[in-house]
Amino acid sequence: MAIPVEMPKMSDTMEEGVLVAWLAEEGDAVSAGDVIAQVETDKATMDLEVYDDGVLLKKVIGEGDAVPIGGLIAVLGSEGESADSVLASYSGDGAPASGDSGSDSSSTPEAAPSESADAAPEGYGHRPDESAPQTTAASGADDGGRVKASPLARRMAQEAGIELSGVSGSGPEGRVVKRDVEAAMSGSGAAQAAPQPVAVPQPVAPATAPEAPSAPKPQVASGGVTDARISQMRKTIARRLAQSKFTAPHFYLTVDVDMTEAMDFRQRLNGMTAERGLAKISFNDLVTKACASALRRHPAVNSSWMEEEGVIRQHGDVNVAIAVAMPDGLITPVVRNADQKGLADIAAETRDLATRAKDRKLDPSEWEGSTFTTSNLGMFGIREFTAIINPPNACILAIGGIQDVPVVKDGAVVPGKQMTITLSCDHRVVDGASGAEFLGDVKAFLETPSMMLL
Amino acid sequence: MPELQYREALRDAMSEEMRRDENVFLLGEEVAEYDGAYKVSQGMLDEFGADRIIDTPISENGFAGLAIGASMLGLRPIVEFMTWNFTFVCFDQIVSNAAKMRYMSGGQLNVPVVFRGGNGGAGQLGATHSNSVEALYSNVPGLKIVAPSNPDDAKGLLKAAIRDDDPVLFLESELMFGMKGEVSADDDYIIPIGEARTGREGDDVTIVAHSKMYHIAMEAAEELAKQGVEAHVIDPRTLRPFPITPVVESVKKTNRLVIVDESQPYGGIASEVGFRIQQRCFDHLDAPVERVTAPDVPAPYAKNLIEAWMPSVDDTIAAVKRTLYMD
Repeated sequence: MAIPVEMPKMSDTMEEGVLVAWLAEEGDAVSAGDVIAQVETDKATMDLEVYDDGVLLKKVIGEGDAVPIGGLIAVLGSEGESADSVLASYSGDGAPASGDSGSDSSSTPEAAPSESADAAPEGYGHRPDESAPQTTAASGADDGGRVKASPLARRMAQEAGIELSGVSGSGPEGRVVKRDVEAAMSGSGAAQAAPQPVAVPQPVAPATAPEAPSAPKPQVASGGVTDARISQMRKTIARRLAQSKFTAPHFYLTVDVDMTEAMDFRQRLNGMTAERGLAKISFNDLVTKACASALRRHPAVNSSWMEEEGVIRQHGDVNVAIAVAMPDGLITPVVRNADQKGLADIAAETRDLATRAKDRKLDPSEWEGSTFTTSNLGMFGIREFTAIINPPNACILAIGGIQDVPVVKDGAVVPGKQMTITLSCDHRVVDGASGAEFLGDVKAFLETPSMMLL
Repeated sequence: MPELQYREALRDAMSEEMRRDENVFLLGEEVAEYDGAYKVSQGMLDEFGADRIIDTPISENGFAGLAIGASMLGLRPIVEFMTWNFTFVCFDQIVSNAAKMRYMSGGQLNVPVVFRGGNGGAGQLGATHSNSVEALYSNVPGLKIVAPSNPDDAKGLLKAAIRDDDPVLFLESELMFGMKGEVSADDDYIIPIGEARTGREGDDVTIVAHSKMYHIAMEAAEELAKQGVEAHVIDPRTLRPFPITPVVESVKKTNRLVIVDESQPYGGIASEVGFRIQQRCFDHLDAPVERVTAPDVPAPYAKNLIEAWMPSVDDTIAAVKRTLYMD
């Protein structure tokens, strides 16, 4: 019995994964839990484990190929078995071509005709069956990752090596139909064609089929420009941040924070942490703690705009995400329940998360579920900036570096240590006054850090 | 070619075959003295006499059985039913005897009989006189079923039916008897049973329709052409055996199919054609197969209701647009 290995959903923002490297060869014996490949998601490179024992019969995709969630990556089975049965049941889009178990019918309002109603007209005749699915605009892929497509569209996509899940369907409930595949083949559709080995003896690749993306190494194209394939991470950044910036009405509040006391406070603490073998506390850790303490007092800021549910959701936990730069993007690992953690714990956790984020070793659970985000560019000499809200948060705090500035105290100009922070607020959730009160508390906590102990 | 009414084409077919073969004769209610309830057998009594053009009492079970028995002994009867609605009285004769005799006699007996008459709705006839029987009889192995849409096909197919050694059910329509068209004058004009005809060429959608519904389909196709949709219209002409191959070939081009069929939807001709097409053209379908049929209720009597009940040009256009995702 040949077993398909499908692209798992490794994070809640992932839509497709790129197979970066095969770690097993066809013919290798594998057992449940073995890592057979590495997969690049939008956030990290992760290990692809198998859940069954057997022999790797076939690598269905090559290194550098992208596959949607649920798409076929490999086939396992017993020694000498043919992979054809599995290949045949995947129609080029990773969706099983047969065996629709009906479990995906939540979006298909097909009223099963009840036997007891046999005497009643069944909506037959020359008016459209009332029991037939109604036309609604929706994505062709349902929650189960199954792509709705006409049989013809499936065959055309398979022959052209087009990834059906990347084709937007114009039929009822987003069904992908012939014209959509034609549009994708001519490159005018919203299709991101990925090469798909097809289970036919001679895959036909029409001249119009988009070129297969090669491994993600820069290619020098004619004209002396350098093209690098857009990585999964960049795609996600582009999509999410554009969505945030263009749909969430941002407004910005900026305050200057006197960091004199915070600097003393940190110095004293780090004297103690060194003795106790605890992690060194950074200014950023102080900001994380200050934000978390303020968030606990301002549930309106610790909230999300839930458009589809028609609610503004206040979160019970305070989970502060910290933007971490990576060579080709950024990631926002989360310090959970930061309001309930001490500075040493926050420092240790943040350091660990940041280190592993840079090495792309984070688990998706570690970057999901934030209720607020901070972004610090102080180390780059940035004095102040505005950040784009990280959905589904309502706010993000942009932190500048600490500057030596003259300040006026008791009528005299004295040297001061000042940090400028800017809060970006989603006006759908947070109003000017509530944002200002929150930011005032953050400032107060940072200017008198011992307040955070109350 | 002369232009004849559908009824005249039927009469010519019968008369030519009766001149050619003395074993052919016609029986039914009002076929002789009255020239046929719908004037199909006009002049035939004068030409062939009362031995071969036989008026019967109102007794379908009797005269259908008589014809079946006569055919088993070498005659070639043509039975005219005033309408196919009345054949339910002799359903047993047709289904149990005519259809099965060749099989049950191990091929020793055959039943070269033709049953013909008006089928389907024809205005305000009420529920019991508006049945379309094609699906009922198509369900029975052993019967051939023909339903021509025009005078020329009517002549060629009726002659083929009379010459056929198996029972043939010939479905006409009261609404088509007066329809005129050019008809071949050839005494040996035969259209083989089981061959479809192309009404018009088109690459966008395939429409299959027989008998009266063929005209609905053609009208719909003309209207669709004005909107840029070229329909390929196929008139199967024969419902059993059904000429599925041309439909398959067309659907492979158009990727869509609409079947217009006046009979009821449940287990109807449209269901059979739709089933076979999904079987043979699964990978070629870009949309679910659509059918345009009478609704799943008895035919109403009221004028406005029967008009709404009948499959229409608008219904057909709407179904085509659904297959093209144009709605």
